[in-house]
Amino acid sequence: MSFLTIAFAALFYAATILLVVGLARRIHMFWKTPAPLKIPTTPAPTTQGGVVMRMFREVVFFESLFKSTKWTWLFGWLFHMALFAVLFRHLRYFTESEIIMAAVTFVSPLFVYLAFAMIIGLLGLLARRMLVDRVRYISAPSDYLMLLLLLGIGISGAMTTFVAHTDVVAVKSFFRHLMMFNFDTMPNLPTDPFMVVHLLLVGLLMIIFPISKLLHAPGVFFSPTRNQIDNPREQRHLSDWARKLEE
Amino acid sequence: MAKAEFETPTLSEYPEVPPIEIGAMKHLSPFVAKDIHQEPLGFPAELKDNWQEEAIEHMGELLGKYRSLQVFLDSCVKCGACTDKCHYYLGTQDPKNMPVARQDLLRKVYRRYFTFAGKYFPKLVGATDLTKEVLDDWYSYFHQCSQCRRCSVFCPYGIDTAEISMAAREIMDRIGLGQKYCNEIIGKVFKIGNNLGLPGPALEDTLEGLEEDVFDETGVEVKYPIDVKGADVLLVTPSADFFAEPHVDGLIGYGKVFHEAGVNWTLSSKASEAANFGMFIGSYENMRKISMRIREAALELGVNRIVFGECGHAWRVAYSFLNTLAGPWDFLDQRYPIPQHICEFTYDLIQEDKDKPYEQKTLKFNKSLNDDMTVTFHDSCNVARATRMGNMPGGQFVIPREVIKAVCNNYVDMENGTTHEKTFCCGGGGGLLTDDLMELRVKGAKPRMEALSNVIEEYGVTNMAAICAICKAQFTKILPYYGLGMDMIVSVHQLVSNAIILTGQQADEDEEETAEDDAA
Repeated sequence: MSFLTIAFAALFYAATILLVVGLARRIHMFWKTPAPLKIPTTPAPTTQGGVVMRMFREVVFFESLFKSTKWTWLFGWLFHMALFAVLFRHLRYFTESEIIMAAVTFVSPLFVYLAFAMIIGLLGLLARRMLVDRVRYISAPSDYLMLLLLLGIGISGAMTTFVAHTDVVAVKSFFRHLMMFNFDTMPNLPTDPFMVVHLLLVGLLMIIFPISKLLHAPGVFFSPTRNQIDNPREQRHLSDWARKLEE
Repeated sequence: MAKAEFETPTLSEYPEVPPIEIGAMKHLSPFVAKDIHQEPLGFPAELKDNWQEEAIEHMGELLGKYRSLQVFLDSCVKCGACTDKCHYYLGTQDPKNMPVARQDLLRKVYRRYFTFAGKYFPKLVGATDLTKEVLDDWYSYFHQCSQCRRCSVFCPYGIDTAEISMAAREIMDRIGLGQKYCNEIIGKVFKIGNNLGLPGPALEDTLEGLEEDVFDETGVEVKYPIDVKGADVLLVTPSADFFAEPHVDGLIGYGKVFHEAGVNWTLSSKASEAANFGMFIGSYENMRKISMRIREAALELGVNRIVFGECGHAWRVAYSFLNTLAGPWDFLDQRYPIPQHICEFTYDLIQEDKDKPYEQKTLKFNKSLNDDMTVTFHDSCNVARATRMGNMPGGQFVIPREVIKAVCNNYVDMENGTTHEKTFCCGGGGGLLTDDLMELRVKGAKPRMEALSNVIEEYGVTNMAAICAICKAQFTKILPYYGLGMDMIVSVHQLVSNAIILTGQQADEDEEETAEDDAA
């Protein structure tokens, strides 16, 4: 095995552990922290089903952002949806399942171009961050770097597809071996620079995910203003620490 | 600091998002609480020597007690969706009045002490130590937030700056840096029973005076009872309703509605205050203690129902928190909402009356008695975004409007984007209704004043109705700054009171004139 292959194997094991453990710990923390008061932003649904619908609209359509500013919504939504589509296509590197492979093949003629939508979305968000005085004021270096990181991933990935084709069969074989902990027949990773950069940045993204603002992904599901049912008069809501005050 | 001269903003026809002006409101912060204001609430008398250490400790404790705080501090992506949504930003241009920047005052300290990135790469993620300078910013800008939740409507993660500013105020209180206005008032509630410090006998006098006024005006003996054991309904209303204008006209209206409904009701000298400033300072314990007075009063008087008068944040504490803080309410009549809003009460009667002939109606109105007015309605922030009325989501918008329309012929709404869930705060909510913050109050009212001016120009609106004691007091004070009459602001139940024809009241010409005089 080449040094590069070994280094990336180590990187992806480490990144996966950090991502999974880091996210699990943070989600556990969100989960166990009580919400002592009913604070849904009203008008709010009065049933559990209504809350599920509200959360669905929020996560899939970015409903609140749409109410706020159409440009941010447009670029943000474009980026996220294109990202998910692109990620879906990436499943082919990790599975042998015929159904998934068939599905990926089916959507590929369209989805392959969504890399550009993703890049356009990110560029739009970056432009807004730099050009609008209010948004510039609230931006820390990490806010720019996050966009640049995602742009780097998007552009390097698009390069491997549209400019300098990489040996995807070898890449897939590498990850399948990694997933099976099979090091004996593990092939070497292709060494074309776009591929190397792409994988390096993805590993970095996985590592910083649980310690950065990317926590908005699990966070939205735990947001009390969005996930609470509006029924305080009908049902008494009491957290454990508040119950102790009554004793 | 509070006496600084300032200019009233000029209104524009279309809402504009102004450019940022760094430090524009840095000079403004409210008077600091003294030992006599701090100690009755269980807070240290003055800023502790080891305040920094303790502040971090308290922050850690709150992070473990409030999911909202933990999730909100972690989730913000700085997308900027909220940056042009706060009335204080729009009115002052100070970027620290943008919701995200206000949150960041706390978030940057949270990151420094509680997150990996902030501990090891503070510059990269904008994390900072808790210095005296940062604390000064906290004190200044967390008292430039009226906790109106407008930002939370637009945030893709529902981040509510109110939760952050409540937590910050709680931390500051616990290290001995409290705000005089809120803490002094809470002390009065504990000592005397209401925000204004009106003792029982003074209340009785006032209520007797109201009975005389209503009798003189209508010839009908409408009662305004207090501390009546065995009454059916306990009315809990903001203490401003006892004497301030236009609040008291609302109280007169509640009494008339109860009278016509034949309900045996009472006020309580113990719970002579609906307001609960414990919410503004983010103190669960104080909020609970204030709420428990209502439970005790209800038990002592043996009432079956609790109805709340017109007050925004009080309705939030009542509707959303009272069951949690002072429940369970198993000793009350379960057939009615617990607690119920006075607008719900009146609305239900109007609905029941709908198909009845005039003579059989419980509430008989002569809408033309309000014909000298063209009315618009100011949705109070806490009612709009933190509560509900009736059975359906959004009832808090429908019900007060339906009550107004049942008693007024001329009603128009202000433009979209300034009402309902997107309503603008009056500029004085959240514990900021104090003279030492007058500059902020005037500037923060700008977006509402713009929307109001537009309907005045377009539809000849003469009056704006509200269902919040703070809104009413705030508008009374700041309308003149914008060249408008302070008596433009009216209570919703004042309109009800104007139009209601009491049983036994002679509807002669005299009355019509009286009604006109009142409204003028």
